[in-house]
Amino acid sequence: MPDNSKLLDMYRQMLTIRFFEETVFELYGQNLVPGTIHLYAGEEAAAVGVCANLRKDDYVTSTHRGHGHCIAKGARLDKTMAEILGRKTGYCKGKGGSMHIADFSVGMLGATAVVGAGIPIATGAGLSIKLRGTDQIAICFFGDGASNQGTFHEGINLAAIWHLPVVFVCENNLYAMGTRQTRVMLIDNIADRAAGYGIPGVVVDGNDVLAVYEAARVAVERARQGGGPTLMECKTYRLRGHSRFDPAAYRPKDEVNEWLRKDAIARFQAKLLEMGIITEAEVQRTVEKARNDVEEATKFALESPFPEPAEALEDVYAAKESTSK
Amino acid sequence: MKEVTIRDALREALREEMQRDESVFLLGEDIGRYWGGAFGVTKGLAEEFGDERVRDAPISENAIIGVAVGAAITGMRPVAEIMFGDLTALAVDQICNQAAKIRYMFGGQVSVPCVIRTPFGAGVNIASHHSQSLEAWFMHTPGLYVTVPSTPYDAKGLLKTAIRGSDPVFFVEHKLLYPIKGTIPDEDYTVPFGVADVKREGKDVTIVASLYMVHKALAAAEQLNKEGVSVEVIDPRTLVPLDKTTIVKSVRKTGRLVVVSEDCKTAGVSAEIAAIVAEEALDYLDAPIKRVAEPDTPIPFSPSMEQFVIPSENSIVQAVRALFQGRNQP
Repeated sequence: MPDNSKLLDMYRQMLTIRFFEETVFELYGQNLVPGTIHLYAGEEAAAVGVCANLRKDDYVTSTHRGHGHCIAKGARLDKTMAEILGRKTGYCKGKGGSMHIADFSVGMLGATAVVGAGIPIATGAGLSIKLRGTDQIAICFFGDGASNQGTFHEGINLAAIWHLPVVFVCENNLYAMGTRQTRVMLIDNIADRAAGYGIPGVVVDGNDVLAVYEAARVAVERARQGGGPTLMECKTYRLRGHSRFDPAAYRPKDEVNEWLRKDAIARFQAKLLEMGIITEAEVQRTVEKARNDVEEATKFALESPFPEPAEALEDVYAAKESTSK
Repeated sequence: MKEVTIRDALREALREEMQRDESVFLLGEDIGRYWGGAFGVTKGLAEEFGDERVRDAPISENAIIGVAVGAAITGMRPVAEIMFGDLTALAVDQICNQAAKIRYMFGGQVSVPCVIRTPFGAGVNIASHHSQSLEAWFMHTPGLYVTVPSTPYDAKGLLKTAIRGSDPVFFVEHKLLYPIKGTIPDEDYTVPFGVADVKREGKDVTIVASLYMVHKALAAAEQLNKEGVSVEVIDPRTLVPLDKTTIVKSVRKTGRLVVVSEDCKTAGVSAEIAAIVAEEALDYLDAPIKRVAEPDTPIPFSPSMEQFVIPSENSIVQAVRALFQGRNQP
């Protein structure tokens, strides 16, 4: 169990992610977000519970649904929001957008929008750690859909045979876009696939941040001590559709309601109150703080300029002169 | 100076860079102790540097490149080998969507210093899945460099530049070139990217060729010389970046261009070079641009058919002769 200040921090982070995603949704409705969005709301316990075990120099790879991973790994809200809004002040200077946020200064190795592509990359980060002889670890976040990609098999097998310090965290939100897990695999638990690679597979309630924290703690410790990778499956649910205004009509109402009752933030808050770790007044203060942080970040992003069009020509290669001779 | 094969030259580059920089490591299928790579390029390196730095991988091409990318963005300089060029198709996501785009889509935050070595080329009767030349795929992917050495000197110098650089390099080798010999200096040297080499000077016609085709072009030039045609042979050495200046300058001098390339003709290397010259030196041309490339087929197995599709010394000679017939007479 983390200490009280850490628990409070985890609670604040979960709220921050939730408010951040609600804000992105609102901004999207106001036509201020170019392209599409894949919101992390509902899955906060997974990113926060896992990342609470990490050091700044540990690595994380992320997905198209990655805002929560960024925030949980310690990326700045303002530069994250600015990137989502396509502004010059964003993490990627407006070149990446919602699906490609990275902050290498906090070990956030970037979000890939190719489902499953981050798995071998995280394995590579693990190999790099091993070859450099440090005690860092790499976390690889991906979804249930990614577990049907070849990269899942290739990447996890490699990490297993080379005993690399990687924890593979499958955020199983039951649907790959609109395709229910039961339509595309015959097993209930994706973590069962770990047996095929000779590594531990752990199923955890992904809407219980303390359960996630504990499972991740064991996996992270094992990885850091040279024990090799773990496949950890967090059963969770997204509050909204896959992207943009997807109304997610493919999800039965009963199912949605059932998961709403299991909302990770409400549960964690109730638990903190019950355990006497936090008071109602502190809840209010924390909510306000999280809201303020998101509001400030949003203000920064909205006030930021868009990139100059010709900046599109930069950053293809390290050396400008080599791109066109 | 010493005489070595391209295989030796590549191995020397790998060995010296591994000695020079601890972050350089190799991974690929059967590159380690038993095989030393399907073409023997990495032979002896596992014994010298250990299995950790000369890493045998399972048959997982996409993960091999993905691992190289993940290692590259976290401080290492991986050199990945894909056993045959055709098999890069299995890793195109990691090569083209990840390695090539990571610097750009993350706004220049990170470099991806990795090298992907692989052999292209037909001529050894191993049919459609082990013979194709796919340079154009990767030229068409911004963010990658594409190198195409034809001599031991260029192979070693370009590989060193590739390993020391900050961006992913698609390093093309050619199966038939591994045993080809040439001289290289004893001391350390590199060959810069984007600088073509004039392999033979001439004044009547420019031939642009790379990889094994350089050698066929040089043989054709020798034959044409006896007929009184002076051929200039330009080897771009890197297709990305492409040294347009040297090519255009040569065409301005000779007024005639033949582009020879072992990839298929449609949207191929030869198409790009012909288009550049058409855009930048059309007024200097005394005859239409000729392209000698493979027909748009997969590579067939049976030797008679395989030899039919590969550009030959004779087809290059014919293409040049055609430029001097009828109204194109000098």
